[in-house]
Amino acid sequence: MIELDNIKKVFNLGKPNEFTAIHGITLEIPAKSVTVLQGPSGSGKTTLLSLIGCMARPTAGRIKLKLARHHDSSANPGFPGGEITSLPERFLTEIRRNDFGFIFQHYNLIKGLTALENVMLPAYPEGEPHGELQQRAIALLDLFNIVDKADARVEYLSGGESQRVSIARALINNPSVIIADEPTAHLDTGLSLEFMEILQNLRNQGKTVVVASHDPIVYENKIVDTVIALRDGRVEPPLTHMEH
Amino acid sequence: MRWFAKQRYVIDFTLSSLLRRKGKNTALVLVYTLVVFMLASTMFFTYAIKKEAVIVLDNAPDIVVQRLVAGRHDLIPISYGDRIQKIKGVNSVKPKLWGYYFDSIFGANYTLIVPEDFPHGRGNIAIGYGVAKVSTSQVDYILPFWDHKGSMTSFTIKEILSSESELVSSDLILISEDDFRMLFGIPMEYATNLALKVRNKKELPVIAAKIKKIFPDTRPIIKDELLRTYDSVFNWRSGLLLIILSSAVLAFIIFAWDKASGLSAEERKEIGILKAIGWETSDVILMKFWEGTVISLTSFLAGLLLAYGHVFFSSSILFEPVLKGWAVIYPKFRLVPFIDPYQIAILFFLSVVPYTVATIVPSWRAATVDPDSVMRT
Repeated sequence: MIELDNIKKVFNLGKPNEFTAIHGITLEIPAKSVTVLQGPSGSGKTTLLSLIGCMARPTAGRIKLKLARHHDSSANPGFPGGEITSLPERFLTEIRRNDFGFIFQHYNLIKGLTALENVMLPAYPEGEPHGELQQRAIALLDLFNIVDKADARVEYLSGGESQRVSIARALINNPSVIIADEPTAHLDTGLSLEFMEILQNLRNQGKTVVVASHDPIVYENKIVDTVIALRDGRVEPPLTHMEH
Repeated sequence: MRWFAKQRYVIDFTLSSLLRRKGKNTALVLVYTLVVFMLASTMFFTYAIKKEAVIVLDNAPDIVVQRLVAGRHDLIPISYGDRIQKIKGVNSVKPKLWGYYFDSIFGANYTLIVPEDFPHGRGNIAIGYGVAKVSTSQVDYILPFWDHKGSMTSFTIKEILSSESELVSSDLILISEDDFRMLFGIPMEYATNLALKVRNKKELPVIAAKIKKIFPDTRPIIKDELLRTYDSVFNWRSGLLLIILSSAVLAFIIFAWDKASGLSAEERKEIGILKAIGWETSDVILMKFWEGTVISLTSFLAGLLLAYGHVFFSSSILFEPVLKGWAVIYPKFRLVPFIDPYQIAILFFLSVVPYTVATIVPSWRAATVDPDSVMRT
């Protein structure tokens, strides 16, 4: 479970162009579920996703991460009660690497590298033997029916192929949380529905999925457990729980 | 084991990253190599030629006494030596015969010297490698000379000289005393100069002053003064060239700083992506460290090798007019490779280290920023 307690994010603090993107949001994201942050552009979806994914620090408030890997407190002595807000950067990096898998809006694949190399990239800092890592990456590409493009450079892949490489990359370290920012923004309806099926499979495997989107195909999809509507950096009541 | 695997991954990524920016990195390596080449050429040349001077003067007498007439070097009476020999501290005084000969057939200048012990006798000579090359001569060939009366006289080549220094031997011809005097018409009671050996080297200036006092028409030259002259001449020349090159170096510094420190939007984004997917700041810095090291070390080594070839195999063909001077060393010769490791270390610390730091610092700054911006690109 991910808990956000009165989270506030202010950009350019103390400067003439100071801007508050998130105004004290409190919410809980249940484990092993699909949660969608929905709202128009500028509503704070991406900022909130960045805060949840440890890619930015809140200006105020606390974020708690209660994940299976962290239940053993002896493994993480600097991680009491799942509180991650004030952790040093190297702990946040470790959390990003091991607990989160990111699917970015523009895929953010590294051009010039092959699909296989892109998938393996998040695992490099772990120093896993090359053979084992490559095998795992190929298995993931195979899972998403893109193994034939393993040696193709990513700039030559189509949008749908790029996204599947991006998903494989997000899963290479077997994270428990998948974070996706506007994942269907550049996909047609067919590919968008295909993507939602992949999310469903991930949830069925026990992963927690958090998606930011203003695409009805995403937030109205039957696989979604919770939709959190945002507007102007605040949660719009009431929270909608959808049935599936 | 995992540590090694991680280093391998980072180096692999670095190499592919360098290849991805082929244009920028190739331009950088070329300019960098050129600058190292120019600086190293100057350093190699001046050090090697100064070292040659030390070798040349290694067996030189402690003091050379010349006679001056109207401010010009003239023949010295051998009888001066008897009086000089009586000065306290002088070990020996020997008359020396040497001179220059311009060979109009081959258009080359030779230096003729009468050695203390010439084994080949009258009518024979020993020649330096440069002379043999320019006259396409071998042992037992005949080399013709015009004597001071305008008559042609020939000598048989009995030996091609090999020496530690080509500067010493290149244009050299060793000849017997009788042949030398006959060739140039020098009377028996005269020599070109007198060569002195002195017991206590600290007394050299005192003895030189005494000679000058006894024979005011002479010029005693101490060995160290010759070395200092060589030093200052070539230091001055290399300094001059370095000043000329400094504009190129400055241009390179600006270029390298701009390329190394100014991260492009693509590079910033790449660092953001790596951070977002779990690379630590230290991993990014390590990657940039390897990137800077590969570029600077490749250029440094390429520049050094090119400079080595340029100085020691093609006689500094590019900088020759500035470094040697037109008239100072006339005959062609090849420098013997002498390299000062201290100079290489200086060049290394002034090029590789600053460049690598210039590569790391901006990347470190970019890597310490939250990767949040990646979500927004």
